[in-house]
Formats: sequence, C-alpha cells, structure tokens
Amino acid sequence: MIEDSRGIVSEADLRQPRVRRGMRVVHVFLSVTLVLAGLGPLLWLAKAAVTPTQDTLREPFALWPNGIDWANLSTAWNDIHIDQYFFNTVVIALGAWVFQMLVATTGAYTLSVLQPRYHRVLGSLVLATLFIPSVVLLVPLYLTVVSPPFLGRDYSLLNNYLAVWLPMAANAFNILLVKRFFDNLPREVIEAAQTDGAGPFRLFWSIILPMSKPILGVVSVFAVIAAWKDFLWPLLVLPDPAVQPLSVRLPAVQSQTELDVFLAALAIATIIPVVMFLLFQRVFLRSAGLGGAVKG
Amino acid sequence: MTTTHAPAATARRRRTPRTWVKSGGLTALAFALPMILIFTVFSWGPIVRSVVMSFQKTNLLQPAEFVGFDNFIAVLNDPLLGTAVLNTLYFAALALVMGFPIPILMAVLMSEVRRGKGIYSALAYLPVVVPPVVAVLLWKVFYDASPNGVFNTVLGWVGIGPQPWLQSQAQAMPSLVIEATWAAAGGSIIIYLAALLAVPPELYDAAEVDGASIWRKAWHVTLPQLRGVIFVMLILQILATAQIFLEPFLFTGGGPVNSTTTVLLLIYRYAFQNSLGGNYGMATALSVMLAIFLALLSWIYFRLTARWSTS
Repeated sequence: MIEDSRGIVSEADLRQPRVRRGMRVVHVFLSVTLVLAGLGPLLWLAKAAVTPTQDTLREPFALWPNGIDWANLSTAWNDIHIDQYFFNTVVIALGAWVFQMLVATTGAYTLSVLQPRYHRVLGSLVLATLFIPSVVLLVPLYLTVVSPPFLGRDYSLLNNYLAVWLPMAANAFNILLVKRFFDNLPREVIEAAQTDGAGPFRLFWSIILPMSKPILGVVSVFAVIAAWKDFLWPLLVLPDPAVQPLSVRLPAVQSQTELDVFLAALAIATIIPVVMFLLFQRVFLRSAGLGGAVKG
Repeated sequence: MTTTHAPAATARRRRTPRTWVKSGGLTALAFALPMILIFTVFSWGPIVRSVVMSFQKTNLLQPAEFVGFDNFIAVLNDPLLGTAVLNTLYFAALALVMGFPIPILMAVLMSEVRRGKGIYSALAYLPVVVPPVVAVLLWKVFYDASPNGVFNTVLGWVGIGPQPWLQSQAQAMPSLVIEATWAAAGGSIIIYLAALLAVPPELYDAAEVDGASIWRKAWHVTLPQLRGVIFVMLILQILATAQIFLEPFLFTGGGPVNSTTTVLLLIYRYAFQNSLGGNYGMATALSVMLAIFLALLSWIYFRLTARWSTS
C-alpha cells in the first residue's frame, strides 16, 4: 500500500470524539459483515464436512451434537473418486498455465519488441477479440473441437485435455497485460544486450523473461484460477467422467451422494484455492486490482 | 504500401525472401506463430464460423445448407425467447440494485480504517477464491426450503417463517442474484480500493482548506474521482449479467416453470439439450443477436459516458 495516500477522514477530523465514535462503528460494521459473509460460509462448510448428515439436516448450526465424523473426508476422497477428479483438475490447470504462458509471452514479445511489419494488424486483430462476448464462441468452438481443422475427418479432440488447454491460450487479455509490461521495460537494457550480440532468442529467454517475473506471476494466477473455475467448457468437451475435473463432477455426483460426504467433497475442492490465496495473498490482490486498472 | 509510394527506398533495400530472413523476419514469425495459430483456430475462426452458421441449417450429421434468415425467424418465434429475455433483464436489474452499490460502499469504508485493511481485504476476497461451482452447490444447501434449512434457521432466530427460496417462482431469481452478488463483490471491492488509493491527497487537503465536512468530501471529492471506474464497472457488470449461465443452470436448471431460464440457458438448450440433435443454427443465431445487442449497448454507453466524463 502507498504510504502517503490518505482518505476522506483526516487526522484533524479524528480528533473530534464524534468522528472517533463513527470510526469505531465502521470498524465493528466491517468486521461483522466481512467475517459473516467472507468467512461464515466457509467455516460452516468446514464444520458440515465432518458432521453426520442427520445432524446437519436437523440442526445446521449445532457444533457436533453427536460427535465428529472424520470418515466423511476419506469416503469422499476414495469412494466417489474425488482423488481422481482432483488430479484431473490439477492437470487441466497446469496445462492451461503452460499454454497460456507460451502464447502470452511469445505473442507479447512479437508485438512489443520484435515488431515485424505486420505487428499493428496482428495486434489489433488480437485486441479485437476482447470485445467479442464469449457466448458467440461457444457453439463454433465446440464444433471445432469435435472435428478440428487440418487433422482429417475422423479425428476429434473430445476427451482430450488439449481441447481445454488450447482455447484457453487464445486469451487476448493476457497478451495485453504482458505486452504493456514489455513496453515499459527499459529500452537501454534491450539495446545493450543487442549490441553485445544477443540474438532474439537469447534476448527473450535471458533478458526479457527474467525482468518480467511480476507480470508473469499475475498471468500465472489468472491462468490457474480460470482453469480451476471453468465449468461449462470442460462439461462440453470432456464427456467421459474419467477425465472430468472437480467442477464438472461435483454437480454430477450430487444426486447419488449422501449429503455429509458431498459436503466433504465440496470442502476438499475448496481447500486448495483457499490455501493458495492465503499463501500468495499479495499476488492475488495485486492481480485483482491490476485487472481493474487495465479495464479502466 | 511503402513500395508504391517510395520507389527510391525500394531500390536501395529490395525485399527478397533472403533479406527478410536475414533481417530477422523468420525469427519474428516463429515467435508470432503460437499466437497466430491458436487465435486462428480457436478465436478468429470460430467467430467467423459463428456468423456463417447462423445462416445455415447444420447438425454435424448432414452437410450444412444455407437457409437465409430461417434460424433468426425460428428463434424470434420461439415462445420461450420473450421469457428468457425478460428473465435475463430481471436478473441484470436485481444484480444492479443489490450488487452494484455494496462494493463501492464497502471499499470506501475499508479505505478509511487505519488498521486492519489487509485482513478486511482478504476476508472480502475469500468468496471470490471459492470455485463458482462449489459456491453454487453450497448455497443450494443453504437455500434448503425445510424449516431446518440453513437460511431458514437464521430467519427463525429473528422470527421470520421458512421461505421456499429456489422452489418458488417469485423467490428463485432473487436467490440466484444474492449468491451471485456474494460471489462477485470481493473482486469489485479490490478494484475500487485500488482506485481509491489513486485519489490525489491534495484534493482532500484543498477541500479541508475550504472547510468541507466528511460528508462533503465524500460527495464532492471521492465519488467524482471514482466516476471513471464506476462507469466501467457498471457496463462490465451489465455485460456479465447478460451472459449469466452458471447460477440458473446449476441452481434451478431454469425452473421452476422457466422462471429462471436466461438467454444463455436457451442457447445451451438449442445446441446441447435437443433430443433431435443439436440445433446449432438456432443457437448461433441467438448468440449473434445477443452479441450484436451487447456491442451496440456498450458503444452507446461509451459515447454517453465519454460526454459526461468530460463535462
């Protein structure tokens, strides 16, 4: 946070007892609403994940009137194969990260540093896709996956993770973010490297990428979160349950699963993103603020 | 272009394939290639194909044939279209009334407190981190209509009887909006907090020299400084709610009695839930209409707000 920034209430205002009381009310209001809304549902989920179904149904807020049922977690993990779907989710997120990074960094390098003659046209074509609502892509993209171009009539990408990874890599927002960062790198460093005989590949790999760690962190967070959250697209292109991620399997198993085990499954699906957030809070919140800055 | 206008320059540096390779053209193309390939196959191609398909009758089994505006006419004659459009507008309006002012208010309050900003931001952002599918499935449990349901228990504490929530035509849509607001507010709060940090401190100092009270500073300094961000967030929220899918799909499947069937749900049904095989023509026709409507809306919106912002 910037130190010399200030808000509406000044130090002079704070000397008035009326304002000080007001600020105390603000503190109480923020603590209560944010704990209730932000933490409340997650705490309830954590509690219900280890509570027998009957207790959750009869007294949803009672703290384990009939003891804790740790077995819910292992039942969810082993018997409804949350382990498998969890692994699928991780594979989808990692692959999406690799392809998004590859396209975003090489694309931004072309547009920002190499700048071939066609870079303006290419850049506008990429940016133009930001203004196309994603709904337009749904059906034709699905048909592209069912029978991809150049690969022959009978080849299909259905149930292949490439069908999730590759469309996610066509992300103009990532390219814009990275390109803006590259644009602001000191040109002297790039020119010095070129004078020292660094070719385009060396410049990219040993100079530009190491200087761009902050933005690459932001894009990584975006990529992994987006892949972890995605629901409709994997539902369409991964019809085989064996390869589906958690987001697709959880709604599907709900009807055949007992409530306590189902809530345990929900809790397991939540724990990784929440822990990631608590560990990398700064990167997450900076990304969220940055997303807004670019939109604005 | 330069070759036709400046023949002298061409004479000096003839562009042959060999000079192109030597001047790094091939390397640049190699770097551009992942982006060009991926966007051609998975973005530009499908966008063009979507427009073409909206004029075709196609279901993957038979070869596609052009049918003019038949798909558009079929969509416009679908009795469900009116319902879906009205439901989507209702969702957008409710989300605007309930969801839009809350993050602004929270962000302003959070930026004023001297201690605990970090904890407040983290708490506010937590719901955003929960995977959306998990959030919806969890809230579905909260909305249990029995008297012992989670929300009904809370209402019972303050003496309000059990509500049907998702099971009634009247309450289903507001229930979806409450969950959607909860899930999205944190992201908006963080964006507004960043914008509040960028307000120049001199403006507040100057207002204080003029003897402005806290309320007057909030009204005459803070809000006008946030105006640009608010305008952008408003249109982004409208564009997002116009394409709402996850909540109606997972909470209610469009029910009860189509009271939560949205435009995107209708597109999904045309394409993927059709017993006669996917009606891809009607699905793309409706998507193209929605996209054109949203493009026009944003264009008008930016024309208008550009005028207001400068005045």
